[in-house]
Amino acid sequence: MNLPLAKVSRVLTFSCVDGPGNRLVLFLQGCNFACLSCHNPHTMTVCNHCGVCVPACPQGALRLVDGKVSHDGQLCDDCDKCLDACPINSNPKVVEMSVGDVLALLKKNKPFLTGITVSGGEATTQLKFIKALFFVIKQSESLKDLTCLIDSNGYLPEHAWLDLLPVTDGVMLDIKAFDTSLHEALTGRPNARTLASARLLHAHGKLEELRFLLVPGKTDRPEEIRSLLQFTKELSADLPLRLNAFQHHGVRGEALEWPVMTEVSVEAIAALLRMGGLNHVTTPAVYL
Amino acid sequence: MPDVRVCFKEITEDPTLSFAQKARALALAAENSLEYPKLDTQTAEALEERVICDMYEGHAPYKPRYVLPDYSVVLTEGSSWLELAPATTLDEAINTLMIAYHHVPSVTNMPVFLGHLDALLLPFCDDVSDEALYSKIKLFWRYLDRVLPDAFMHANIGPTDNRVARTILKVDAELKQVAPNLTFIWDPQLSSEGILALACDCIIECSKPHIANHPIHTAVFGEEGYGIASCYNALPLGGGASTLTRLNLYEVARRSKDTEDFFATVLPHYIELNCQLTEVRIKHLFETSGFFDSFLVKEGWIHKDRFAAMFGVFSMAEAVNLLQEKEGRAGRYGHDDSANALGYRISEALAAAVTARPMAHVWRNRAMLHAQAGLSDDGGCTPGLRIPYGTEPDPVTHVQALAPQHQFYPSGVSDILTLDETVRNNRAALVQLVKGALSLGFREFTANIAHNDLVRVTGYMVRLSDIKRFQQCGGSRINTTVLGAEAAETGDILHRAPRVVAHEFTSR
Repeated sequence: MNLPLAKVSRVLTFSCVDGPGNRLVLFLQGCNFACLSCHNPHTMTVCNHCGVCVPACPQGALRLVDGKVSHDGQLCDDCDKCLDACPINSNPKVVEMSVGDVLALLKKNKPFLTGITVSGGEATTQLKFIKALFFVIKQSESLKDLTCLIDSNGYLPEHAWLDLLPVTDGVMLDIKAFDTSLHEALTGRPNARTLASARLLHAHGKLEELRFLLVPGKTDRPEEIRSLLQFTKELSADLPLRLNAFQHHGVRGEALEWPVMTEVSVEAIAALLRMGGLNHVTTPAVYL
Repeated sequence: MPDVRVCFKEITEDPTLSFAQKARALALAAENSLEYPKLDTQTAEALEERVICDMYEGHAPYKPRYVLPDYSVVLTEGSSWLELAPATTLDEAINTLMIAYHHVPSVTNMPVFLGHLDALLLPFCDDVSDEALYSKIKLFWRYLDRVLPDAFMHANIGPTDNRVARTILKVDAELKQVAPNLTFIWDPQLSSEGILALACDCIIECSKPHIANHPIHTAVFGEEGYGIASCYNALPLGGGASTLTRLNLYEVARRSKDTEDFFATVLPHYIELNCQLTEVRIKHLFETSGFFDSFLVKEGWIHKDRFAAMFGVFSMAEAVNLLQEKEGRAGRYGHDDSANALGYRISEALAAAVTARPMAHVWRNRAMLHAQAGLSDDGGCTPGLRIPYGTEPDPVTHVQALAPQHQFYPSGVSDILTLDETVRNNRAALVQLVKGALSLGFREFTANIAHNDLVRVTGYMVRLSDIKRFQQCGGSRINTTVLGAEAAETGDILHRAPRVVAHEFTSR
């Protein structure tokens, strides 16, 4: 069988912010949104081998070989100067991993893991890989108790979700804004598909968590919070809702001019939502 | 002896010490004005150069370093020496323990072991309501912290899920006190998921308790049992440890031409010298001091034949990195397979040598290997087998690198995992990490949550706010703050994730 390879920006073996329990997280490269507020902008696009990053590397870990950028992990000291130099929000350190590579990692770390989460970038842009990986995990005697979750912006269309859901335990879905023109201004895309995905996933019992990024003066406005409350309640008052707070960590470009979201404001909004009837609202543990 | 008198004078006038702390420092200074027990030249030299070390326990050992009484004896039989009848109610039981603790010595003169409190108190709880239990435990906890303010004082709970253990976890998380230190003993066959989750909640609140691996400890200590005392020291119950001496592995590596020389000649030489130092000190305790004529032995709280000799090692990381350099290999301890393998080989050699060497007056006639957490002034040397501060990999890689080491250290080894605050919203991640670490053979799991005020400086707790206050105006109610402050200055603990540096009193 010709199994697809994944373009992986980063692997974590310990994460407590990508779903319940400790999770191995694959950050897949490439995204179909272009969020101004993105805190991982180097995961947005796939490398086009322009080579601009090569001379930027102080360690000499990057070279152009036959027109392709090659990265030497032994020489690299993760200073990330290459990410700053990249003109297209990509990452020369991306590696290709097979399903077998990921299974080997899961087996090695199994005693520590509650499950695996594919994140990004936008994970679902590498749909075939995710489907193959989750399918094999579910078939494996030693790995089948790991939960398989996806972090997503919800842009995936319905038929593709239906294809993926049988092997997926749950999806953590980001809603960037309820007003669609605001959504488009923030992400470059309208939000109809995201809202439809939320409803679809919930109807299939696969909506693990809704996430909403609070950006001062944009998504923390009363009308946005009212829509958030109403939308979530229509799904279920018991649905876990995680409020994230816009911060400058990792952010590039014009969003660095935006003010950050303070803990006080986040807690005030959380209190409003709880008063409005939502039972599982969580707020950030850390403000960077 | 004018030098000694100058030293006494300085202690009496030290504005940062309370009067009790002065009394303790004076006693130690007086003891140290006596002649050291007779050492042969080589051992004396190695001690002088601090390749081997007596932990500055004092020149005339007149009490064991750690005493772990079986407190069930005084609870069920009373004490004729202390004129106590057997306890019949929870109030009497707690009161008896409070009295008992004052008669149990240790290297710090404070008790380092408070007993398996749930097992000790449960028999008295049948007709006690939850509210009453909570309020009595809370008062008990307040008493311990205020009257015996030493973070080496260690309470044990578990492995069963019971009312007393649950109440203690609740109170401990609520009060966030420096004392007592706390271990939850975990056994996958006996401990419920619920109580493990509660213990993890408590870790998230205040970086306590430690979680001990009961099946692994039971395999060492058997039916007669063990306790976790002081930092994370596993020792025979109804006994303890006479001494702790330790080997500075970095100093041993420095004196070796190469890895072969290290293993063939230099390491065995210093292991032997450290054993001789141990023997001399234990001989004084057993044959000269008269300690074992105490009522504690006569009434059966402790037994003379259940005292271990702890053979400590530290600075494994620096030793391995130096030997790697001598062999022309770049890989660093904690991050590289060849460096980690060299570390395992050193531990294996240490364990084999210690197990092969008989020792008089010692539990089972052999010393017990211990990964020693360091003194507050061990600048530049990493405690025990730990990965140097600031260079630790992620918690999972961290555990995987060190888990194979744990089998060699029956009297205790601890690696402190620093977790970032995001774990507060995800207790299940912590539970999973605990289970992963213990299933890989970790004897003891210890975590600090970043930005908790209460943090572990070696195996004991300090409050960062106390250290700050101590540095600003001097003086602390709690003995270990002084050590933590010293460790903060030499070990850089406040500049990054809370860390382990110090252990006991150093000669100042």
